Amino acid sequence: MKVQLRNLAHARSGDKGDTANVGLIAFSDEIYPILVREVTAERVKEHFRGIAKGNVERFELPNLSALNFLLHESLGGGGTLSLMTDAQGKTFSSALLRMEIDLSEDEARLIKLQP
Amino acid sequence: MKELVRIAAGQGFWGDLLEAPVRQVEGGPIDYLMLDYLAEVTMSIMQKQKARDPNAGYAKDFVPLMRRILPACVERGIKVTANAGGVNVKGCANAVRDVARELGLGGKLRIGIVTGDDILPRLDEFLSRGIELRNMDTDAPLSSVIDRIQSANVYLGAWPMVKALRNGAQVVITGRATDTGLTLAPLIHEFGWGETDWDLLSAGTIAGHIIECGAQCSGGNCQYDWQSIPELENVGFPIAEAKADGTFVITKHDHTGGRVNVQSVKEQLVYEMGDPQEYITPDCVADFTSIHVADAGPNRVRVFGIKGKPATEFLKVSISYSAGYKAVGTLVYAWPDAYAKAQAADKILRRRLENLGLKFDQILTEFVGVNATHGPLAGDPQNEVPEVQLRIGVRGPDKSAVERFTKELAPLILTGPPVVTGFAGGRPKVEEIVAYWPALIPKDNIKPAVEVIEA
Repeated sequence: MKVQLRNLAHARSGDKGDTANVGLIAFSDEIYPILVREVTAERVKEHFRGIAKGNVERFELPNLSALNFLLHESLGGGGTLSLMTDAQGKTFSSALLRMEIDLSEDEARLIKLQP
Repeated sequence: MKELVRIAAGQGFWGDLLEAPVRQVEGGPIDYLMLDYLAEVTMSIMQKQKARDPNAGYAKDFVPLMRRILPACVERGIKVTANAGGVNVKGCANAVRDVARELGLGGKLRIGIVTGDDILPRLDEFLSRGIELRNMDTDAPLSSVIDRIQSANVYLGAWPMVKALRNGAQVVITGRATDTGLTLAPLIHEFGWGETDWDLLSAGTIAGHIIECGAQCSGGNCQYDWQSIPELENVGFPIAEAKADGTFVITKHDHTGGRVNVQSVKEQLVYEMGDPQEYITPDCVADFTSIHVADAGPNRVRVFGIKGKPATEFLKVSISYSAGYKAVGTLVYAWPDAYAKAQAADKILRRRLENLGLKFDQILTEFVGVNATHGPLAGDPQNEVPEVQLRIGVRGPDKSAVERFTKELAPLILTGPPVVTGFAGGRPKVEEIVAYWPALIPKDNIKPAVEVIEA
């Protein structure tokens, strides 16, 4: 079944120059391996097509059940150069939570989906 | 040695809640108050202020704050670390000294002054010695913008602040120091941590990272279960209760709003993160993949297990330079066909700018209510959206072109698509763009200076 990431994780995003970072945090430790499997750098790059113009890097933080993504060239030049409403990438967090991933029936049962 | 040192965060940025540091001092026991005032572009604003007035160039808000809290701080032995000094650390320290004397605290207070971060006068020297100060993002050499530079400051770490504390300073004022150093320095001082205790230095750095954005780790801007976070109008700012072994608890004062839990702390841990195993500061390289967080009761989160690596041989330099001009303006279009009207207005405006022969590096159009935050991810807007804000911005090197743009927006009200409003604020303002140039410099070029004065 398809599930939106917002049902599995929370997130916070910020900026470093023209790069946005999105930290994606699983609601539980059981969910984390699913995020590792499904939310790859390639899929995130595809998800942010037209927004992130550079490459996307992914880092794993199993200790926090979290993934960190760096979305390069995504803030219109970044900092004071950017004309964007969201020049600091603060809303990239919930933009990632729009992504849909595939869960098996067992996984869907294992995880108490948030309403 | 104290068993527990409580460090309270009072400001997450220059412009944060003015009452927050006062509540941190008055709301319960703390040992240190740390105040972060400097964003990346703040130094250039301060350089300009100092050019106009040699007594200016620091965070002015800091002085009236000290007037309010110094008596309580002196009475209870609370120490303050703040990067409020901007580009005039001595001016800031003198103002605090004067306030202390007015309050009858003369002879009861020592103020530490950390300088040596301002390298604006030394840039030519560095370039002539082959230190190119290349842009960390673009790899361009600094010489390409050398005639447009407004400020240049090295990020100093915790150790100069430690020296000030060891010399008896109760208020330590710095210029461009790292946010994390403001928390780490008190821990080094209190617990006697050494210069190569990389795990401990990393633990103190991460404690600093968690509290440096103020309430952003205690319920503010928290996505996890945000609707149930109580009483944000009275949000408690964070406090790190640290032990000598490098473990600490993040908490907040009793009888405050907000929430400290594992989720709120994790959200702040990933904020502005790069490579989690390489969190580089002047003091150490912290490994965020070693951090463990655990629930330790209501509004208490225990953090432990932190590992770190040796500091690098470089310091980060924050340089600001003039990079042209920009202006952003808005108009609001109402139902029906609000989005179509805003799109039509954008086309008309762009043709007019083109017909005038105005050249810009960039014109950016956003439709607030449709795509300003999530862009194409937001999907197709409903035909019947009640209203759309057209937001259009331009940037370029030619100030007169940007100025002319600001005069082309209002005419759209009488010469463009119908049912439009929202121009009460007048013409958009032309802003000079002060851009940020991050670079690295070998550490041995920088000699921080520490002075302690009596109030």
